[in-house]
Amino acid sequence: MAGSATMKVEVVSPERVLFSGTASQVITRTESGGEIAFLPGHTSFLGVLTENHTRIYLEGGKVHVHGGYVEASGGHVTILSDNAELAEDIDVARARAAKERAETAMRGEHNATIEADLRRAHARLSAAGGLGDTK
Amino acid sequence: MAGGQERILRGRIRSVQATKKITRAMELIAASRIVKAQQRVQAAVPYSEIITNVVKDLAAGGSGSDSAFMKPREVVKTTCYVAIAADRGLCGGYNAGVLRATEGEVKADVLANKQYAIVPVGRKSESYFKFRGYSLKNAFAGFSDAPKYENAKAIGQYVVDLFLSGAVDRVELVYTRFVSAGTQEVVRRPLIPLEREVVEGGDGKPESGTSAYEFEPSAEDILGSLLPRYVEARIYAALLNAAASEHAFRQRAMKSATDNAEELIKSLSRTMNRARQDSITTEIMEIVGGAEALSAESDMANA
Repeated sequence: MAGSATMKVEVVSPERVLFSGTASQVITRTESGGEIAFLPGHTSFLGVLTENHTRIYLEGGKVHVHGGYVEASGGHVTILSDNAELAEDIDVARARAAKERAETAMRGEHNATIEADLRRAHARLSAAGGLGDTK
Repeated sequence: MAGGQERILRGRIRSVQATKKITRAMELIAASRIVKAQQRVQAAVPYSEIITNVVKDLAAGGSGSDSAFMKPREVVKTTCYVAIAADRGLCGGYNAGVLRATEGEVKADVLANKQYAIVPVGRKSESYFKFRGYSLKNAFAGFSDAPKYENAKAIGQYVVDLFLSGAVDRVELVYTRFVSAGTQEVVRRPLIPLEREVVEGGDGKPESGTSAYEFEPSAEDILGSLLPRYVEARIYAALLNAAASEHAFRQRAMKSATDNAEELIKSLSRTMNRARQDSITTEIMEIVGGAEALSAESDMANA
């Protein structure tokens, strides 16, 4: 079963279906803080996602998800997000600039908006592979 | 003078021809945009279907029956109307349909001694109600051609805040539903609180699984953050429908404008030709008359 088992994965944003395909594993991060991996046959699950770099294996899709929901049931995983981007659509230079901007702002003052900006920039860079130091 | 009238008519024909060119171009543009707008409506369907199903499942799972979004208020004092019209005119009865429907509801509310609130979407909607002295809430405009999800989100957050703060007790959408390229209808749909039938029908069970969902965080928390998204998705669908309808209306209006221009050109050229013929006939009569007078004179001299 291992290796050959796949499940249907869909990433849906309000404007269109971003990604639809089969995968052997999906890793994402829920709001309460932990990363969660979905393998085929995962129990039915409904969770709120945070900004994160969601990895979809097998098809090689990498998606930046800015908040949203994940639903797993009956052999497929659906990610609903009002703001998701595929890795190849991410503008690395822009994300990096945004990250630096947020980091500079962070030194001056500290508030939730800046922190969210930084988290978003970090997740986008991570998905696009522009982070350099991680993997 | 007869020749002067001919010149005036020629000028009018030329100006009608120029107008016809413009209306023809607008007709073609609108026609091509209908297709795109329709595709956008289609592309938005999966998201709203999934989110509706999730809401249904959560509601059927027992959570959220006491959520503020779902409970109709006992006394509905203020109804908020979100009137979705266009940013531009030149689209036949499109704006008038939505605005008249909204105004009718507002007048009925006033007669029934209730409060109203209008959230105009689209410049035409805003100026219509402002001109007539209605009190308005925030207006949203500038995107009626091709609305984005962010626009729906801004409107959604605004009306959700109005509702939760208690400023309004009900929110209704008034927009034009796109049925097909030939048919569009003005509809009024309750938005918040959510209707019972919207959330009923779920069995709380995943599609084919036997066990119920695992939730993270709790089902109540998920529903709490999901319902505003659901409202946004509904508004987004309404905006997309309205945009497709706007283009359909505009195409039809511009087609009849082009046809009318053609008709006008035809009748104007007829009048012009007659005027020209008249002036030629008059001129010939003058020449003939003059020549006859001359020959009569010379005859007399010869005699």
